Amino acid sequence: MELICPAGTPAAYREALEAGADAIYCGFADETNARNFPGLNFSRKEMAQAIELGRARGVRSFIAINTFMRAGDERIWYDAVDDAVALGADAVILADTGLMAYTAEKHPAQRLHVSVQAAASNPEAIAFLAEGFGAKRVVLPRVLTLDEVAALTRKSACETEVFVFGGLCVMAEGRCSLSSYATGKSPNMDGVCSPASHVRYRNDGDTLVSELGAYTINRFGPGEAAGYPTLCKGRFHIAEAEGYAFEDPVSLDILDQIDVLRAAGVKALKIEGRQRGKAYVAAVVSTIRKALAAPPQERAGLVASLRNLSEGQKTTSGAYEKRWR
Amino acid sequence: MDLSPAVFRLLAPLPLAAVEGPARWALRAVLDRHPALLDRLGAHGEKRFAFLPDDLPFSFVVTPARRGLSVKRRGIARRADVEISGPFFLLLALLEGRIDGDAVFFSRQITVAGDTEAIVALRNAMDDSTLDLPTDLAAHAGPFAPLVRHGASAIRRRVLTPETR
Repeated sequence: MELICPAGTPAAYREALEAGADAIYCGFADETNARNFPGLNFSRKEMAQAIELGRARGVRSFIAINTFMRAGDERIWYDAVDDAVALGADAVILADTGLMAYTAEKHPAQRLHVSVQAAASNPEAIAFLAEGFGAKRVVLPRVLTLDEVAALTRKSACETEVFVFGGLCVMAEGRCSLSSYATGKSPNMDGVCSPASHVRYRNDGDTLVSELGAYTINRFGPGEAAGYPTLCKGRFHIAEAEGYAFEDPVSLDILDQIDVLRAAGVKALKIEGRQRGKAYVAAVVSTIRKALAAPPQERAGLVASLRNLSEGQKTTSGAYEKRWR
Repeated sequence: MDLSPAVFRLLAPLPLAAVEGPARWALRAVLDRHPALLDRLGAHGEKRFAFLPDDLPFSFVVTPARRGLSVKRRGIARRADVEISGPFFLLLALLEGRIDGDAVFFSRQITVAGDTEAIVALRNAMDDSTLDLPTDLAAHAGPFAPLVRHGASAIRRRVLTPETR
């Protein structure tokens, strides 16, 4: 199985390359990709240099253009696709069916992958995207169980790629409006879930308070591991209780299920984390590369060290083993 | 590795100018060697970033685009858009991108407050800049370059944990 690794900057790209990535995915520095954070991502020139560097080492570069086009501003997304093709992207990762149609028509030879943001979660949806736009691979949503991943992969009209480690979105991806409701900015169109412009951290004594827009997302007590200020992992007052209604601050880790995914015919394993630093990319990619080559009984020990890098310093198998409330 | 309380006590009586001079020199050395850092910061380069090492008796307020740096004594009010606190050597390791900013935030080793956009932009700009303080400072040290490189490298070897070396 291929190992698909994240890079938010050219420095992170180089780390992923050194650490053993088969392919590296990255995005342009604008709202065309779903990790549109300040100071992150690639200029056109940086992307060209990264692709050239990867190609010299036999590593492919995928460009994520995985937000949804804003009416009247479609040109921004069309230009991103045109530039990705001109720069030599080995695949473009798209979510918007309109943009897929544009790409298939204008650049029929370009390899097209379906982003997790497209939330393609049944054989009919995948067949539609494969037949209609020539999609060669679909990144499956993180709301499926392992059995569903296996069943879907057997019936899929194209290759499947599965997230195995990193940040965990627990919603129907590409369709979640929680952050939009709190901030007026959309993860799906502006490329920012919990945009930094609306996030505030403050210290209330030894308690860390995270706020998103007008809402307090969480209060982390002294010594308690912190998480991202996302509503889906916020702590809520519900009736008389206080707790996590959707999911705890936690990261995804299903590396103990690699053999199940392999047996199911999954083509590629994906690591989340374009917003993370190069040290994270280096540590996670190199560790997972070692784990892939190790006997099953040694994998847990190898990947245990990654827990300290994770949100909330905890990991979960999430929906893949569906134990949540 | 945290600085010892003895170092804190030793440095506390120093006049601010004795700290500010070398700190400004170091800032210029880094910015001269890594101009792309300001490109990634964009408009956030005009913001005032306060670094508050837990184990030093000083705070440092940096305005990158103006190449400005001022030093205040710990506890003295300062005007800043952003405040980043943590152990001194941890902040330096972050500067060099040797550790992941989110990870040390999750583990509560650093705290941040203020303009989160500016904090995120600074983190990403530093992370991409491949700073190497011994090399960067030595490049600005003229005839003392070998001494600075050797000294800074020796300190770094001593204070970094095996996983960040």
